[in-house]
Amino acid sequence: MNYLIDRRLNGRNKSAVNRERFMRRYKEHIRRSVKGMIAERSITDMAKGGDVKVPAKDISEPGFRYGLGGDWESVHPGNKEFVRGDKIPRPEGGGGSGGGSEGGAGESVDDFVFTLSRDEFLNIFFEDLELPNLMRTAIAEAEDKKLVRAGYVKDGTPANLSVGRTMKTALARRIALGGPLRDELEQIREALEAAARASQPQARIAALESQILDLEGRLARLPFLDDVDLRYRHRVAVPRPAARAVMFCLMDVSASMDERKKDLAKRFFTLLYLFLTRKYERVELVFIRHTDEAQEVDEDTFFYDTQSGGTVVYSALELMQQVCEARYPKSEWNIYGAQASDGDAFGADPAKSARFLRERLLRLTRYFAYIECPDENQSGNSSLWVEYEEVGSSDLNFAMRKVLQPQEIYPVFRDLFRKEKV
Amino acid sequence: MNLLPHGPEWEFELLERYDQAISQTAAEFGLDTYPNQIEIINSEQMLDAYASAGLPLGYPHWSYGKAFIRHEQAYRKGYQGLAYEIVINSSPCIAYLMEENSLMMQALVIAHASYGHNSFFKGNYLFKQFTQADAILDYLVFARRYVMECEQRYGMAEVEELLDSSHALMEYGVDRYKRPQPHSAKEREARRNEIQEHERRQFNDLWRTLPQPAPASATAAAAAVFPEEPEENILYFVEKHSPRLAPWQRELVRIVRKLSQYFYPQTQTKVMNEGWATFWHYTLINRLYEKELVDDAFMLEFLHIHTNVVSQRGFDQEGYHGINPYALGFAMMQDIRRICENPTEEDTAWFPELASTDWHKSMDFAMRNFKDESFIAQYLSPRLIRELRLFVVADHVGQAELEVDSIHDEHGYKRVRRMMADQYKRENLLPDIQVARYERDGDRSLTLRSPVFRGRPLAEEQANEVLRHLGRLWGFPVRLEAVDPEGRIDGYREWRP
Repeated sequence: MNYLIDRRLNGRNKSAVNRERFMRRYKEHIRRSVKGMIAERSITDMAKGGDVKVPAKDISEPGFRYGLGGDWESVHPGNKEFVRGDKIPRPEGGGGSGGGSEGGAGESVDDFVFTLSRDEFLNIFFEDLELPNLMRTAIAEAEDKKLVRAGYVKDGTPANLSVGRTMKTALARRIALGGPLRDELEQIREALEAAARASQPQARIAALESQILDLEGRLARLPFLDDVDLRYRHRVAVPRPAARAVMFCLMDVSASMDERKKDLAKRFFTLLYLFLTRKYERVELVFIRHTDEAQEVDEDTFFYDTQSGGTVVYSALELMQQVCEARYPKSEWNIYGAQASDGDAFGADPAKSARFLRERLLRLTRYFAYIECPDENQSGNSSLWVEYEEVGSSDLNFAMRKVLQPQEIYPVFRDLFRKEKV
Repeated sequence: MNLLPHGPEWEFELLERYDQAISQTAAEFGLDTYPNQIEIINSEQMLDAYASAGLPLGYPHWSYGKAFIRHEQAYRKGYQGLAYEIVINSSPCIAYLMEENSLMMQALVIAHASYGHNSFFKGNYLFKQFTQADAILDYLVFARRYVMECEQRYGMAEVEELLDSSHALMEYGVDRYKRPQPHSAKEREARRNEIQEHERRQFNDLWRTLPQPAPASATAAAAAVFPEEPEENILYFVEKHSPRLAPWQRELVRIVRKLSQYFYPQTQTKVMNEGWATFWHYTLINRLYEKELVDDAFMLEFLHIHTNVVSQRGFDQEGYHGINPYALGFAMMQDIRRICENPTEEDTAWFPELASTDWHKSMDFAMRNFKDESFIAQYLSPRLIRELRLFVVADHVGQAELEVDSIHDEHGYKRVRRMMADQYKRENLLPDIQVARYERDGDRSLTLRSPVFRGRPLAEEQANEVLRHLGRLWGFPVRLEAVDPEGRIDGYREWRP
């Protein structure tokens, strides 16, 4: 007895569990690749998948094999010219089994490359930041959708039936289908009149009359409402239009901000950005870097262009305020600020900055976060930290944190996230 | 008879009709098969099946994930197409057909897998001896559940480590000559009872009073080499004798060993198996055409695919990847039929037992009683050697150039045939490595021995790596000795925990 079975609807992702095992095993490689991606990518397109490369050597499954060397014979098809005893020079690089596709340690040495999905990427990104699970889903999940009317369709649930539109279609159909019949009817009626006038034979008139009856019957049998007339209101999901937001990234780029600190800063900015993109439909980024004077720059310059000079924090804050006034009025934009610095500031600058922040900027912004990336062996607080601490104690929409490791970034936003959840 | 409908799209009802037609035709030829179970799957499911070596279910392991990712990547980027079908040696014989196949392809694949491969699985001696077609699916279910239970109980890392190590030795988990226990547990039980009953009846207390020979001295027993004979099934030896493994670990080793054993016949009969299946899809479909069940358009499409499958590129052509098992197998099967039906003088001289016999009986015999190596050694005819223009290239140590050893001429036929057969010999691909000694009463170390075969060395790094894995399973020092043809120890490597 033979059976024929349709398995197409059975589970597809049987290998998902094995894939996950694989990912777990090569976590280190993946993490390294993700780190590279974070460094390479711009903040705005951070949230997507990417390729991970694992060296062939790390991934091979060993087994006893022959190495190069020893005596081999191999059989090949398609001989055209060789006779017994002919000599063939060894192919390039073939130390051992030259012509043989058999034998020898013929493992390919290509690196193993595979693609991380967006979710997998974000997961690892968040893992480094030690984001609580609930928060992860809140950030990573697809944005809010709203159903919007989008015309009419032919299929739908009865609840969505549009009576008016259905009646219109039915009317149109009845006119269209009835048209030729009515024309014919008219002609026959005329013929009948003519026949009656010309007093043609009874039989002819009777025939015409029966035709008229027939046509009238057909007209009457045109259905008033047919399945094809039904129209339903159509709704499509569109992203919920929320208010716009602008995010200011402020960073000290003086010589003391090294690669490590910049990497921390980038993760810090990215996390805030990801959060904002979930909440607002449109998020604009403004990058302001400063040494002893502040400049608005593009992202590449922001992270990778080095500049030397002193440090005047105040200049950056002032520029932020100017940009806000010029382009992002408070009434139309939700303004967020994120500042990263190693805290080196001199003279009157810290105090002046803190005052400016409290009195001007915090009135403009919904939230302002500051991270300080001190040197690993630094002890005590920087002058900027001391001044900012006072701001932090009095203002609710200000958060600050010292960060040495990526996982210390999230707590900066804890208040922000908590507030948004409520 | 009526023409079967033909078109690009298939439907289940049509497949059934084709299957019936093919089944009838196969019965005319007397093909003996397991019942068939034909399943339609989509490409994603095919990728899943690839990853688990074609089995419908396997235990979870990262290496399957790796295989899956590799195939998926290659498929998505268009480097690799997917097979039209996968067939599983089980009873009922399960064949997976891709939904993308056209109606003609489905018919071809049904003939190929469900009648060709199926009858091979049922008839070939290796499959008969080494696999139990009706038990494999149940065993897979058991293996999967057992591995997952172990993961829960002992931790994923532990299980993974053990499976990694067992996989490294998987190829050495095969009994090549020992037969699997033919008695079921019930039969063994019955036999034991019988023996006991016999002893009870024959009991005579007088025997006890006979003087016993003195037991051999304990030291002599200890000094004896264990195992007495070298053991080629390393995984089996580990499972039975490893001083370190816990019972559940032994069971895992056993699972890997069983799977390896299950695949062993397939690795040894690639050419025959594919050749047989290709021969039958060719013969069956042609028979359908003779019976006027399919039309010319169907046949043209069929021949197009068929010729692609059995094409053999020459060594100097682009895309040459060695001998195509489909091409060689099909050519040999066709050749056997030709020799039976219209032998030339040469054929009669070379194959007196084959020429002018009933082709069906002779082919059936060939299918049942050979594996690739012996099949080629037995049946590769001079005519086919000429047709394929086979030649042997020798690559010997100490010679600056490769040498053409023999070609398709009077001198060369036998040598070409021998070399071709050797190419499918297991020793030619896998070094011969066996368990030589287990110091049960000493330091518990395990010694493997590998005779150096024609001066071919082991791949260094890999061998050390495998030894490390073996050491993990064994828990005490493991050694690998290379032995030269005179029996002297030539090389030596060791792993200590």
